[in-house]
Amino acid sequence: MIQVVCVKQVADTETRVRVAADGRNLDPAGVTWILSPYDEIAVEQALLIRDKQAPGEVVVVSVGGPGVQSTLRNALAMGADRAIHLKTETIGPDPLQVARALAEELRGAGAELVWFGKQAADDDQAQVGPMVAELLGLPCVTMAAGFALDGGKATVEREIEGGREVVEVTLPAAITTEKGLNDPRYASLKGIMAAKRKPIEEKPARLGEPALEVVALELPPPRGAGKVVGQGVEAVSVLVRLLREEAKVI
Amino acid sequence: MSILVFVEQRDARVRSIVREVLGEASRLAAVLGGPVVGVCPAASDPGLATLGDAGAERVLLAAHEAFARYDAAGYTLAVVAAIEAVKPQVVLFGASAMGRDLAPRVAARLGVGLATDCTALAADGGRLTATRPVFAGKAIQKLAFPRVPALASLRPKVFAPAAASGRTATVEPLTVGFDPAAARAKVVRMAAAAGARVDLTEADVIVSGGRGLQDAGNFRLIEELAEALGAAVGASRAVVDAGWRPHSEQVGQTGKTVSPKLYVAVGISGAIQHLAGMSSSRCIVAINKDPEAPIFKVADYGVVGRFEEVVPALIEAVKQLNAQV
Repeated sequence: MIQVVCVKQVADTETRVRVAADGRNLDPAGVTWILSPYDEIAVEQALLIRDKQAPGEVVVVSVGGPGVQSTLRNALAMGADRAIHLKTETIGPDPLQVARALAEELRGAGAELVWFGKQAADDDQAQVGPMVAELLGLPCVTMAAGFALDGGKATVEREIEGGREVVEVTLPAAITTEKGLNDPRYASLKGIMAAKRKPIEEKPARLGEPALEVVALELPPPRGAGKVVGQGVEAVSVLVRLLREEAKVI
Repeated sequence: MSILVFVEQRDARVRSIVREVLGEASRLAAVLGGPVVGVCPAASDPGLATLGDAGAERVLLAAHEAFARYDAAGYTLAVVAAIEAVKPQVVLFGASAMGRDLAPRVAARLGVGLATDCTALAADGGRLTATRPVFAGKAIQKLAFPRVPALASLRPKVFAPAAASGRTATVEPLTVGFDPAAARAKVVRMAAAAGARVDLTEADVIVSGGRGLQDAGNFRLIEELAEALGAAVGASRAVVDAGWRPHSEQVGQTGKTVSPKLYVAVGISGAIQHLAGMSSSRCIVAINKDPEAPIFKVADYGVVGRFEEVVPALIEAVKQLNAQV
């Protein structure tokens, strides 16, 4: 079975965000780039299925500039078989542009399962997975926290408010992954060495016209300096009075 | 021009987020002009006429027995049919589990832009601008829409419902050519009863615990305080990674981003990923034994002390207060 995992390179979640001189994007200076954490879960799930249930190929695909190849190598080091880099010089293409480029690459690729993280850990849009599915006419289940494959079908659990929805889906299908689905592996030294010899195919990304325009990226207004109302048990009565009379929240 | 709002129902009841979205739609309509119209896929009318009170002039009911539960493909058809019928300038969704799944499909179908999980919308010169947190709240992005309609989903608990107008909405049928037999994905059941407890993203009050609690068993105190406050329970990434609490309770980057009225952080030091997910809360209380903990920098009210002493005293004080009211 062919599985494709669509991944994104993002700034490390420890990053302190600084705004670039254009006022619209992240200042890339000093940023450590990683495979988006939800995408790691997607890669892990595809590898688990390949190794335990449905042998075949796991292909990772990413849209971005030249730097993206280090992130594709991370996924190859985890165990993916090969990678495709859809190249673009556009900084921060919008979700529909990325979805178009991915859909064009995936059309006719024969993937039975197409995996995505539920959202990227930078723009948090959570759009690309269901958009690619829509463009390809595939069924899609988002925010998968449980996944069981049974022949040409899968049963997926997705977290919703106050419970879990159980969805049955017929393959080929697109799935976006939520934390808790699995524990992504760390790449082994052997995996890192092997990744250096695995192929990364380069192609131009066909983004099409933008559907969104970033007007500004700003830092959130700082919260007013808080106050320590006191120490230990004695502070509790003061706290409760402030919450009731000043903040009016209880 | 008009504004279309996706009306989300579950178990034949309109969800509370819909009133928040209608509230913002009404404010936008006052600037952009045009009526606010709802579209609701459902098995039968869940009482849509009452949404007039929340700002809807009329609601299109896409009735189909397969729409009792969320059906991604069918609901997409219904919303797209409503857009074709109404030709709105703006289409709004709640950024709930359902809205987050549905909105990108509609956007891709129409080839237009979508801004998800917005915390503010503005109409400047007849043009919509969406404000949304990125990097889990470490920065704020402002987006414009080159194409019409502009699609946006709104973060729960951020937008105020419209003041009750006492009006009644007209309910009109919307025909959708949907064949459930051709569906390739279907919700077959709920693994836990929907609505049995409050979800973090929709909670007014959240009590969260962190590594400072020292042991998973001590979360009993967090649960007791949450119960006294009528709150949902949250957790830091450290305790979720340690297996003390389920991932669904994690607050912060790679967890949930929340904006409750009151957020109580107990034994949470305040790592940047956690702060990103909760610093838009209206009022933050921190209880921590380390006076240097970064959480005190964002807390409106801090108590320096041992959780074993402070939390039981707080539970008692809240219970007394509840008894008085």
